[in-house]
Amino acid sequence: MSYIKKPRVHHPGLTKNRLGLTRRDYEGTMSTLCAGCGHDSITAAIIEAFWELEIEPHRVAKTSGIGCSGKTPTYFLQEAHGFNGVHGRMPSITTGAHAANRDLMCIGVSGDGDSLSIGMGQFAHVVRRNVDMLYIIENNGVYGLTKGQFSASADVGSTAKRGQVNREHPIDSVLLALNLGAGFVARSFSGDKEQLVPILKAGLRHRGFALIDIISPCVTFNDHHGSTKSYQYTRDNYNQLVYADFVPPAHEIQASYEAGDVRTVGLHDGSSIRFRKVPGDYDPTDRDAVYGYIRERQRAGEVATGLLYVEEAGEVGEESDFHGIQGTVEEPLVDYPYEELCPGAERLERLQERFR
Amino acid sequence: MVASMKPTDTTNPDHYHRVVDCQWGCPAHTDIPEYIRLIANGKYSESYLLNRKSNIFPGILGRTCDRPCEPVCRRVRLDGEPVAICRLKRVASDLRDDIRPFLPEIPTEKNGKRIACVGAGCASLTVANDLLPLGYEVTIFEKLAKPGGLMWTNIPEFRLPAKVLWEEIDYILDMGVDLRLNHPIDSLATLLEEDYDAVFIGSGAPKGKELNLPGRWDSKQIHIGIEWLESVRFGHIDRCGDRVLVIGVGNTAMDCCRTAQRLGASDVKVMARKTKPYFKASPWELEDAIEEQVEILENHSPSRFIIEDGKVKGMVFDLVTWHPGENGRLKAEMHDSKVIECDEVILAIGQDTAFPWIERDIGIEFNEWDMPIVDKTTFMTSRKGVFMGGDAAWGPENIIWGVEHGHQAAISIHAYCRGESLTDRPPEGMNLISQKMGLHEWTYSNDYDEAQRAKMRHVDLQERFKRLDIEVEEGFDIEQTLVEVERCLNCDIQTHFEANLCIECDACIDICPLDCLTITHNGPEEDLTRRLTAPLLNHPEEPLFISEDLPQTGRIMVKDEDLCIHCGLCAERCPTAAWDMRKSDLLIPYAGLDAGEMHPGMSIMDLARDATAGAPEPAVAGVG
Repeated sequence: MSYIKKPRVHHPGLTKNRLGLTRRDYEGTMSTLCAGCGHDSITAAIIEAFWELEIEPHRVAKTSGIGCSGKTPTYFLQEAHGFNGVHGRMPSITTGAHAANRDLMCIGVSGDGDSLSIGMGQFAHVVRRNVDMLYIIENNGVYGLTKGQFSASADVGSTAKRGQVNREHPIDSVLLALNLGAGFVARSFSGDKEQLVPILKAGLRHRGFALIDIISPCVTFNDHHGSTKSYQYTRDNYNQLVYADFVPPAHEIQASYEAGDVRTVGLHDGSSIRFRKVPGDYDPTDRDAVYGYIRERQRAGEVATGLLYVEEAGEVGEESDFHGIQGTVEEPLVDYPYEELCPGAERLERLQERFR
Repeated sequence: MVASMKPTDTTNPDHYHRVVDCQWGCPAHTDIPEYIRLIANGKYSESYLLNRKSNIFPGILGRTCDRPCEPVCRRVRLDGEPVAICRLKRVASDLRDDIRPFLPEIPTEKNGKRIACVGAGCASLTVANDLLPLGYEVTIFEKLAKPGGLMWTNIPEFRLPAKVLWEEIDYILDMGVDLRLNHPIDSLATLLEEDYDAVFIGSGAPKGKELNLPGRWDSKQIHIGIEWLESVRFGHIDRCGDRVLVIGVGNTAMDCCRTAQRLGASDVKVMARKTKPYFKASPWELEDAIEEQVEILENHSPSRFIIEDGKVKGMVFDLVTWHPGENGRLKAEMHDSKVIECDEVILAIGQDTAFPWIERDIGIEFNEWDMPIVDKTTFMTSRKGVFMGGDAAWGPENIIWGVEHGHQAAISIHAYCRGESLTDRPPEGMNLISQKMGLHEWTYSNDYDEAQRAKMRHVDLQERFKRLDIEVEEGFDIEQTLVEVERCLNCDIQTHFEANLCIECDACIDICPLDCLTITHNGPEEDLTRRLTAPLLNHPEEPLFISEDLPQTGRIMVKDEDLCIHCGLCAERCPTAAWDMRKSDLLIPYAGLDAGEMHPGMSIMDLARDATAGAPEPAVAGVG
């Protein structure tokens, strides 16, 4: 948190992407979160990902609910569309936005409180509906904005800042999403941008629902010795299960890999994800196996991270996402002439007649 | 295997000193950011006095300094224009109260040591300034009727008003200098026979270079620039011909051409052998001459004078172009020749030292160019007890170098008179003091101000030629000053890092507007510098900061100091105060004063420091 704005002056070596924009052009207003908040690092990673993907900010809808996470969309992509909704209701708002304008790239930022407590139902159903969005959970294990009570993601045995021990079982958003049928499930860490940025890029390019649960330490209430969501704990128990590189369409990766080390999974838009250093028995496209593997790592006390599961583009049809399931029109509603969207009182009368 | 980079030792005063580009660039290491903050706070006398500690002529140099601080100012690398450091110094000088009560007290009881100085220029005056408060008796021998050396004879009054000059010279003379005017030294041997404990030679470079071309000696209207300026200063010359040619394009040439304009010349041409990039004059002095409609002709190489009946009628020039020749030097190719008519010619092609008065058999060795051999650290010649500084030592430099030579020579003279080693120089020191005042509050104005450099206003072109002593520059007004001080980036308020506190949350890296910071694994320099957040632009001139290993991952924090604007956002975003903004106060030793020590009666400087730097007690990491 700061009282001066980040000065616009920048390094002369700052590069522009093909749109002529620098990374600085993807920033938002100054963060008012606590100094050292993991959420701010995630914001920086989001800025980097959008800049690298050369996405026009005005083609993006950013949404959030309530909590520290709810504030963060203000801090990136100043020129994007934004909606800060009611607690736990970010999925409905995003669904609405995406239903009306399927050309918008949707990114929803939520927290462990916003998604796993008050918004649990909304979360479950936005996964089921396979809304084409990137869903980020900034996961710090506490209700930061109400002074650090345990959230639904707090581990059994972890303590609050003043020493109380949590005895309730946690809800793991990654396992939950796998269960509910999500096609893209990842876990990452705000303190590891090298891992996070490629996953964000892949998540933005994935067609259908993509979840990234990001451990994001709360420096004020949950960065102490008894915490399992602290910087220190996460680093001590960090297990980067898979390394994922995002490869844009028609782009050959030059780096050489040891034979058998690389596994490529294609995305709908022609881009692909290259997994490397995958453990021999790990298949990131086998939902059941991934579920079991994560459970096993958890029992070993590890925080398993990486792009953990992604479905092959070929396996699921074009019709599997929200618009396909609903059978909606091809174009965004905004592209239809007004007369077609609102054909008048007489047509309404005829429609209603059918239900009488 | 090449070794990883070593952690930076920030307790070495040089590391943070190098970050303060202006102070590092100034020969006298004047505490520029601090004096600018004092001006910002309206503390003009304090600012003047802080200046005077290192640079004993703030008023004079606020108008005439060659400004080695400005081209290196970090602001140049951000928006192309340095902070107007020099002219801000003048603001402090113009608006100060009477500072005499705060000059060092001179002991009535002397220490019994007598020092002779040859020449009453900036170097000798500095020696006197430093030694008189210690109880020395200082005699200055000056061949002219007034003290000041070239500050008096060679800088025209439209650039440096006499009042400013005399006031600052008098501060020193009034400390009790035994000044012998009209007293040229014709024999050093004779002087050495007198009862002096040490002799300092600050006789300058008083000999203008000659141009021995046909016709040179056939007319009285051909002058040597520095002699001509001296004659004008003493009133021996008060007018000149209508058409004047100035040969040479250094700063003396600029003073000559502008003086000629004021003595009645209507057509003044400056004749340059080469092209603009090779001009020796400072860019701002060239600008001022061009503003006064002086014509500067490039690629004119003088070939002979045209004299009729003892009167100059003109000069013949070879028209040349320059091409790269052997061993990298440019070679002239002549195309044509051209006559330029004129009534008077002023030669301003440089100046030399001259020591006909130093006998060659008294133990002072001279080198192959007939320059005395002077030790660059101790300023002593090969004869014990004879010291030398200013232009006399190594040829023409500028005033601020002369002042610094004087300070160093005074340290040596003091050590010599006490029988101490001259080569063991007193060490510099550094205080490092946190500038944190509250959660988001610093003692200094930390925001980046996008204002462009303030433009100096000049007296109207018609008006300024009416008299020789109308100062052209009007100085900054208060509004300009208040904007210009905000352009200073406070480079002395350092981003100080304590690795053991860092939790590697990346907050500092994300917020840094100039991408100065990187957390990465250590490695050899060549490899490490390729992994930085932003490419290095000014390495190795600007230092890299390398931290100790970070506790959680063993990686390191790297900071490229080159473009840091000292906005303090890294420290504000740091949850553990691993980053802090700390003022690095460079402590410089002077004769009889250890680093940071002050003469009795100078405590106003402590007051000034309190006013801007906050409470000085906590978090002092004293070094040296």
